[in-house]
Amino acid sequence: MAMPLESPISFTNVGRIKWWRRGLFASQTGYVLLALVVLLIVMHFASQYFFTQGNMQNVAKNFSFVAIATLGVTFVIITGGIDLSVGSMMCFSAMITSMVMSGLSTPGMLGAALFVHMADDGKTVVANMPGLILIVSILAGLGAALIVGLVNGFCIAVLGLSPFVTTLGMLSIVRGLGYVVSNGRGSFPGGPDADYFYALTSGDVFGVPAPFIYLVILAVVMAVVLHHTTFGRHVFALGGNEKAAELTGIPVARVKIEVYVICALAAGLQGIIISGWLGSAPANMATSYELNVIAAAVIGGANLAGGGGGPLGAIVGCVLLEVIRNGLVLAQVNSYWQQALVGVIIILAVLVDRIRSRVT
Amino acid sequence: METAAAAGQPVLKLTGIGKEFGAIRALHDVDMQVFPGEVVGLMGDNGAGKSTLVKIIAGNFRPSHGEVHFDGNAVHFHRPIDARAVGIEVVYQDLALADNLTAAANVFLGRELTRKFGPFALLDHKAMAARALELFGELRSETRPHDLVKQMSGGQRQAVAIARTRLSNARLVMMDEPTAAISVRQVEQVLSLIHRLKEQGVAVMLISHRMPDVFAVCDRVVVMRRGEKRADKPIRDTSPEEVTALITGAKEAA
Repeated sequence: MAMPLESPISFTNVGRIKWWRRGLFASQTGYVLLALVVLLIVMHFASQYFFTQGNMQNVAKNFSFVAIATLGVTFVIITGGIDLSVGSMMCFSAMITSMVMSGLSTPGMLGAALFVHMADDGKTVVANMPGLILIVSILAGLGAALIVGLVNGFCIAVLGLSPFVTTLGMLSIVRGLGYVVSNGRGSFPGGPDADYFYALTSGDVFGVPAPFIYLVILAVVMAVVLHHTTFGRHVFALGGNEKAAELTGIPVARVKIEVYVICALAAGLQGIIISGWLGSAPANMATSYELNVIAAAVIGGANLAGGGGGPLGAIVGCVLLEVIRNGLVLAQVNSYWQQALVGVIIILAVLVDRIRSRVT
Repeated sequence: METAAAAGQPVLKLTGIGKEFGAIRALHDVDMQVFPGEVVGLMGDNGAGKSTLVKIIAGNFRPSHGEVHFDGNAVHFHRPIDARAVGIEVVYQDLALADNLTAAANVFLGRELTRKFGPFALLDHKAMAARALELFGELRSETRPHDLVKQMSGGQRQAVAIARTRLSNARLVMMDEPTAAISVRQVEQVLSLIHRLKEQGVAVMLISHRMPDVFAVCDRVVVMRRGEKRADKPIRDTSPEEVTALITGAKEAA
């Protein structure tokens, strides 16, 4: 038995991996980002309208409408799970928010007396702080999402059901509930606070669309949480090796429940923002959006097997899909091609990553 | 280290340990002691009761009979975390590492160091990397804290898993087949890691099928057969031939 040498350790035996084979450069997110830049350059030459302020605002707004939910679902995908209920959740949250808002603004409705009263001339008058109805109704919408997220998390983490089946069921349950509470008609944000609501959801600040601002803030928060907190570390560990996570004493069930709650809240917020842009929350709102959201996350580099992904990838995936959609419109290509092309890109993005990991 | 046994109190003492699963008797009346700085090889064929014994010590199972003493105190573990709390660590055969994280992140998994930034506790990457590098240095392993585990050799992975046990200052480390699936050169590395643990006064229990490894690092060998302890002797008083005979049952007891 050779005893080890008593010298300070050197790393002569262990090569360092080249910089271009590490980090962002070697990730799928990096490749897709590169593809996006190329696409932007091509678009610039292909259409004089592409880089106009109006079109850019349009693109920024449109991808922000799915990107916040994509951030949420990325958390779930990193742990190796999946959430198919995000589309239904968007609708349900938006619906609860606008129903509560109009309910509380209509004198005579349950609880409305706390917020409004009828003036002598028949007009409704806000009884207290303006904006309070808005806050209460958004909290109600997010609260609904929170409960659904908790149920998802409980079924998956505690009862041990498969994430796919649980959230597939939840997709149907939540959509059904949406039809039940609205009687299939959808609902409209109304009352004295509706103007604030529209300003917050579809307004802009110095030409920057409000949803885009929320997206950037949330993405930065997400990056910090994922890479600089214990919770984020545990999210990655769970996706990398769930058994190891359990053996090292990570509270696996709690982390799982938390990611499904985060995902549900992000979807709920996204739905509320979309309803502000649409001006209503129809009962069929955001149908099949879960597929766009998951596709964007996967294109951006989130690994469905777990253990990889991040906010940059989620956003890059969403931008790429939106730029392609926008580009096809500007190029006057039949917009029905869009869906087929999205599918091709999903497969291509994953294929490139697979080829790369075979080569190295 | 032949002097270890004379050093006084055993770190782990099992008396009359038995375990039944329904009608199956997995362990019967096992007595055993492990002293600080001692490396004990635990050998036996499949189904001999090695893993049941390890799982009782690690807190996965509760014994049906008998007592476990750790550091002189009777202990009753309900969960693995209870065993870890007193200083018993297990290095699992599949190492329980998260491939997508760095070496340092794996060493500190579940015990991350944080720094306060106002109301938020953020990971202290610098401190964790520095401590991990120190531990790898102690183990003489050429492992960079920032490298991803998926890019590492089998020997480096072992070093990461063992560094994790050093972090908690474990008194007893049980290693389940650490040399089963790695190359010859890496086996050498792992055996030297075991020597490092021993030098620091850690008791090591090596569960292995590989006779040469057991004879290279162990001070004492314990042989299990059909749920009973058949032999417990210093390595210098026995031979691979005798141990093989004990494992297969060609020789009943020694």
